[in-house]
Amino acid sequence: MTNASIIPPGSAPEPRHGSLTTADARTKKRNAAEKRFRMYGIAAIAVGLIFLVVLLTAIITNGKSAFQQTFIMTEVFLDPAKLDKKGDRNIEDIKKVSTFGYTPLLQNAILAEVTDRGIETPLTKAKDMKALMSASAAAQVRDMVIDNPALIGLTVEFRILASSRVDGYLKGRVSRESVARDKSIDAEHLDLTDALREAGVIAKKFNLSFITGADASESRAEQAGMGVSILGSLFMMLVVLGLSLPIGVAASIYLEEFAPQNRWTDLIEVNISNLAAVPSIVFGILGLAVFIQFAHLPQSAPLVGGLVLTLMTLPTIIISTRASLKSVPPSIRDAALGIGASKMQSVFHHVLPLAAPGILTGTIIGLAQALGETAPLLLIGMVGYIASNYPDGIASGFLDPNSAMPAQIYEWAKRADPAYYERAWGGIIILLVFLLTMNLIAIILRRRFERRW
Amino acid sequence: MPVLWLVIALLAIGAVGYILGRGRALKSAGGDIRKLHSLPSYYGWNAALKALVPALLLLVLWSLAQPFYINNSVSGMIGDSEISDGSNRGLVMAEVRRVADGLDNVVAAGLMSAENAQDGLADVAAITQQLKDAGQVVTSEITQPVLAAAQRYRVMKGTGNLLMSIAVIALALAGMVWGVKESHFDFWARNVVERGIKALLIAAASIAVLTTVGIVFSLIFNTWEFFRLYPAADFYTLLEWAPSFSGRGGSSDLGILPLLWGTFYISVVALVVAVPIGLFAAIYLSEYASPAVRGFAKPLLELLAGIPTIVYGLFALLTVGPMLLTVFGDDGFGWMSGGRAVMTAGITMGIMLIPFVSSLSDDIINAVPQAMRDGSYGLGATKSETIKQVILPAALPGIVGAILLAASRAIGETMIVVLGAGAAARLSLNPFEAMTTVTAKIVSQLTGDSDFASPEALVAFALGMNLFILTLGLNVLALYIVRKYREQYE
Repeated sequence: MTNASIIPPGSAPEPRHGSLTTADARTKKRNAAEKRFRMYGIAAIAVGLIFLVVLLTAIITNGKSAFQQTFIMTEVFLDPAKLDKKGDRNIEDIKKVSTFGYTPLLQNAILAEVTDRGIETPLTKAKDMKALMSASAAAQVRDMVIDNPALIGLTVEFRILASSRVDGYLKGRVSRESVARDKSIDAEHLDLTDALREAGVIAKKFNLSFITGADASESRAEQAGMGVSILGSLFMMLVVLGLSLPIGVAASIYLEEFAPQNRWTDLIEVNISNLAAVPSIVFGILGLAVFIQFAHLPQSAPLVGGLVLTLMTLPTIIISTRASLKSVPPSIRDAALGIGASKMQSVFHHVLPLAAPGILTGTIIGLAQALGETAPLLLIGMVGYIASNYPDGIASGFLDPNSAMPAQIYEWAKRADPAYYERAWGGIIILLVFLLTMNLIAIILRRRFERRW
Repeated sequence: MPVLWLVIALLAIGAVGYILGRGRALKSAGGDIRKLHSLPSYYGWNAALKALVPALLLLVLWSLAQPFYINNSVSGMIGDSEISDGSNRGLVMAEVRRVADGLDNVVAAGLMSAENAQDGLADVAAITQQLKDAGQVVTSEITQPVLAAAQRYRVMKGTGNLLMSIAVIALALAGMVWGVKESHFDFWARNVVERGIKALLIAAASIAVLTTVGIVFSLIFNTWEFFRLYPAADFYTLLEWAPSFSGRGGSSDLGILPLLWGTFYISVVALVVAVPIGLFAAIYLSEYASPAVRGFAKPLLELLAGIPTIVYGLFALLTVGPMLLTVFGDDGFGWMSGGRAVMTAGITMGIMLIPFVSSLSDDIINAVPQAMRDGSYGLGATKSETIKQVILPAALPGIVGAILLAASRAIGETMIVVLGAGAAARLSLNPFEAMTTVTAKIVSQLTGDSDFASPEALVAFALGMNLFILTLGLNVLALYIVRKYREQYE
């Protein structure tokens, strides 16, 4: 029996010429194809990593300027004739002076800085200085005076916010071309800004109030901060943690340890895996219809947001908790049962403590997911208004309208003033820092406590 | 905050029940723990659980049902004649609640006496003014029926809360007494407590089912309501999406097709970006990469999956859009007129989906048995030939499942399209034009509007219903394919 008999005559492959050690054309082709294929794989990973780098660079380069803000350092004479006409320092009389009473003082103070330093500018009137400072500056000074009426009559050094145009000019967002079309500021103001910057009156400083402050109205981008929405997110996360951890763990224990094989169990399992894939906006619709439309819970409240996010996070937590319960070896259960523990005791006294690190890791990852979720919050009304008040207690923290970090970022991204874009990127940096911290804690917990059996 | 105090009171009753139940059991055994059927703490838990669980359940149910009941009975007080044109019962009831809350706040702040707030003959204008002065949100003028309804609302709410507190505490005490009375040395406390805990566990597991039921019901009811106001045939066949908020109903064109087209188009662009990159990355990582490269590249790629979608949305709006605009805009090819377009949203979404496709495919490729690879190598095939002709065909069903899951993610994605895709519904083939999607329209029809009576708001529920069915269908199909494939090699 020979192989020759299988191959029909005439169709035999070309006999090899030359040596096996030198590659022929066909081998070369195959090897080239191999190399090419490999390159596709490397290219795909490289493209993916490039996207990651581009994304992170975009976030950092656009957002880091939000942590700096332009301030005007000036000495303001708190004129008693304007602020306290009666002269008896009665707090009620002082409170009657509105911010309009303070604006001229500030304008005079800046003008004095200009003339003292002998800066040449066509802007010689005090009113011309209005474009340099933030509209919130007068309120800032007024609050300080009301807190401490003894300041009236003194000359006090203030660090007031510059207007968002001046701030944008220092950060390169506002250019001389764009100013030509802008009604609120002129090229002369920019010249003056340059001069004042050289004189050290105007300078960029670290802006703590971006992290701790409240949101501001649309025209005062320079004043807006994330503080209130961070609190909103915090209260929401408390609700999510308080509800989803016990419910999720209880559900997983039942499904993993006690559930008999029947229809109800199957239904629950199918439900959980499907819920994990339901688009988050559908949970928003659920929250709107059930918690707000039906149960009349307060709109925009962190409590409602927390409830919606709880429902959304539960499948994640249940899936990871079940995995960590499953990883506890059956010998632990058998040993407990063998010395007379009941099934319930074996689970609660032995299996659950051993699975705890895994459960905690899963919960933290679930919380991180919930923290970044935006779409459901839009539907329950956590955008569209200005979150400018800090909650004044625990109850109001849960029940009063508030924003949340991602909702605040969305709100800023929607606003027309490009000054808010910088804030939105800055907000993302804060959000990502929170997420990174949570994930790091999860990783550390896993490394530190996870047991391999 | 009465509910908080109520809960604290319940916890206190539970604690007392624990101590009493435990003590009574020990006493009945004459202090000898060996005579007890169960450990002493089980007798305590028995009393505590019997006090707490039914009472808390009643508290939750009551707080859910009470506003519903009060709303219905108060809304009967407002005649149809009181509802002005362009308004509806829901809006009037919202006003009633606002007035009632306003009165509550004003009385609590001591600006108005309790009798004054409940005075049925009070001057409406004066009360409006007082409420406004106190900084409460009320509309320009409260009418007499609204004030009467608000006063009634306050009375019912007050009585309701009082009754609730009494009922809940009475139930808790009754449960506690029952539990304590049972405590006797031959009572099988552990078995009872364990049965109770098991019931609680089952209840927790059932919340997943309840959530689904809630989703389905809230969608069905509101969709039904929408189809009563707006013909379903128009909704599914009209090629126009033009809601009008001024004229209520009638003049709006609400066709889902342009939205579905936008959704479909953006998802296809996203998959065209994500599938090749994700798939090749998965192949490289599982077949070629050394453990070191794998350990480095895989977590980095998966980092993309951990970034919240709002970040991608902003990235689309402020980075990808302007970048595309410089190439394809008026200065370049002239195909694009604004930063928001199908391509903007599609590419960004593609980036988001890369790790999703790659890690799912990675799992699936790894599940192909090593014997198949070895057989192919043994025949002299190169690595790439093995992958192309053996591994991929074997993994194909699983990969199809992964792509379907990614498609379902793309269809349900909201923030990227809200920020990156634009607001105009269009049926167009140009991928550089702005289009909109189902999810983006759900957001724009429902935000900032607390009135759910107009077809323009209710349409969002119909859209949500279709979205839910679409994504659920894709998921079920994908999971079925993946599961079937897994079984093949197990």
